[in-house]
Amino acid sequence: MTTSRDFRQPALVKHLTEAIAQRVTRPWTLMEVCGGQTHSLLRYGIDRLLPPGVELLHGPGCPVCVTPSEGIDRAIALALTPKTIMTSFGDMLRVRGSTTDLLSARAQGGDVRALLSPLDALRIAEEHPEKDVVFFAVGFETTAPSTAIAVSEAKRRKIHNFSLLVRHVRVAPAMEALLLDPLARMDGFLAAGHVATVMGTQAIDQLANRHQIPIVVTGFEPIDLLGGIYQCLSYLEEGRYGVSNAYPRAVKEEGNIPAQTLIKEVFDVIDLPWRGLGLIPAGGYRLSPRYRDYDAEIRFSLGPAKEDAESACRSGDVLRGIIKPDLCPAFGTSCTPEHPLGATMVSGEGACAAYFHYRGSSPAPTRASS
Amino acid sequence: MCLAVPGQIQSLVESPDGPSTARVIFGGMTMDVSLAFTPEAKVGDYVIVHAGCAIAMLHEAEALETLEAFRALGEGLARAEPS
Repeated sequence: MTTSRDFRQPALVKHLTEAIAQRVTRPWTLMEVCGGQTHSLLRYGIDRLLPPGVELLHGPGCPVCVTPSEGIDRAIALALTPKTIMTSFGDMLRVRGSTTDLLSARAQGGDVRALLSPLDALRIAEEHPEKDVVFFAVGFETTAPSTAIAVSEAKRRKIHNFSLLVRHVRVAPAMEALLLDPLARMDGFLAAGHVATVMGTQAIDQLANRHQIPIVVTGFEPIDLLGGIYQCLSYLEEGRYGVSNAYPRAVKEEGNIPAQTLIKEVFDVIDLPWRGLGLIPAGGYRLSPRYRDYDAEIRFSLGPAKEDAESACRSGDVLRGIIKPDLCPAFGTSCTPEHPLGATMVSGEGACAAYFHYRGSSPAPTRASS
Repeated sequence: MCLAVPGQIQSLVESPDGPSTARVIFGGMTMDVSLAFTPEAKVGDYVIVHAGCAIAMLHEAEALETLEAFRALGEGLARAEPS
């Protein structure tokens, strides 16, 4: 079987790097919208293999980073409610809401647990019928199927002490919002390969045609990334637009139909504020009325959500690709992974954390801001 | 959190009540994973696992085709280079 190592072969990396250099005749700016890709690009130094003038912007590809702080505030409130077990992904526990984070709620006596899957939360609910188990469900369309199967199983197996605080987000509407931003300067997108395994290419097809840009579905290994970049640059050099799939070993045009079917059954599409980006039309999911009994916000009568407060941190500009992380004045000084100001520095997938880990902690004062 | 990883199905886990589950190995570490979204997956197949569920299968033929296409692209350019 072909392995990850086959997609890291140095000789093929060199071939593709040379091919890109020969293909490009003028400057282009591409944006990836996936934290996993951002980390691979920085980890392997792919951005430094590209010819001068080809720039990579790191979009809002980290779901933990874009989860609105009001959602975290609600998770904290639930964590501090007696007889409740609050669960979520480990990254989510370290991101501050408006004042504090879930780990601090644990320090105050809340039962807060880091899990790898919402299905684990369901298991905890079965083991603790005397407790109310809430899963703080965040993530892109990659994670939404797992949340959907957990809640549909809860309903089928009549597990009533399980509920969800849902802040799932949808990638294509956020890409559209970025394209409509007057400050946007990307010429093409590398689309997140694993989101496309679930959703297929239909939504981004419409986006590519509406905005007449190339979008290339791209994987995560160095050769996947370079191949995706090559295809995107080829479209641009030829003045073409549309969707190309550079990750066909995992992504089918139609996506994962069983996953899409369950997402449609369990969730409704809503307008949702993304942290740092503001309200994204059709940018999120909530539980559909048929699952309202499993909605923690209804079960615990939390009332309407508050709007996020303004923050001094520039992670919003990082997420929109307006600045690179090391151009933020706080980067590596008042903002580090130990003492983060923004979610992009907290999460292992955030662009600021990737720059800090792979590029050192110094700000980049010599580079011109755009 | 969002980092989906490929793993190989080692065995199928009996789950009479609910969707089928597989034991998947990721470079030495094993984890039980729901096959609700890849019901066609068999022992030996590679799947991409995300938050406890297999969300896609990895297809060998397409992997080889991709490598071949990228390799040909490099070779084509190498041939086109002035000697």
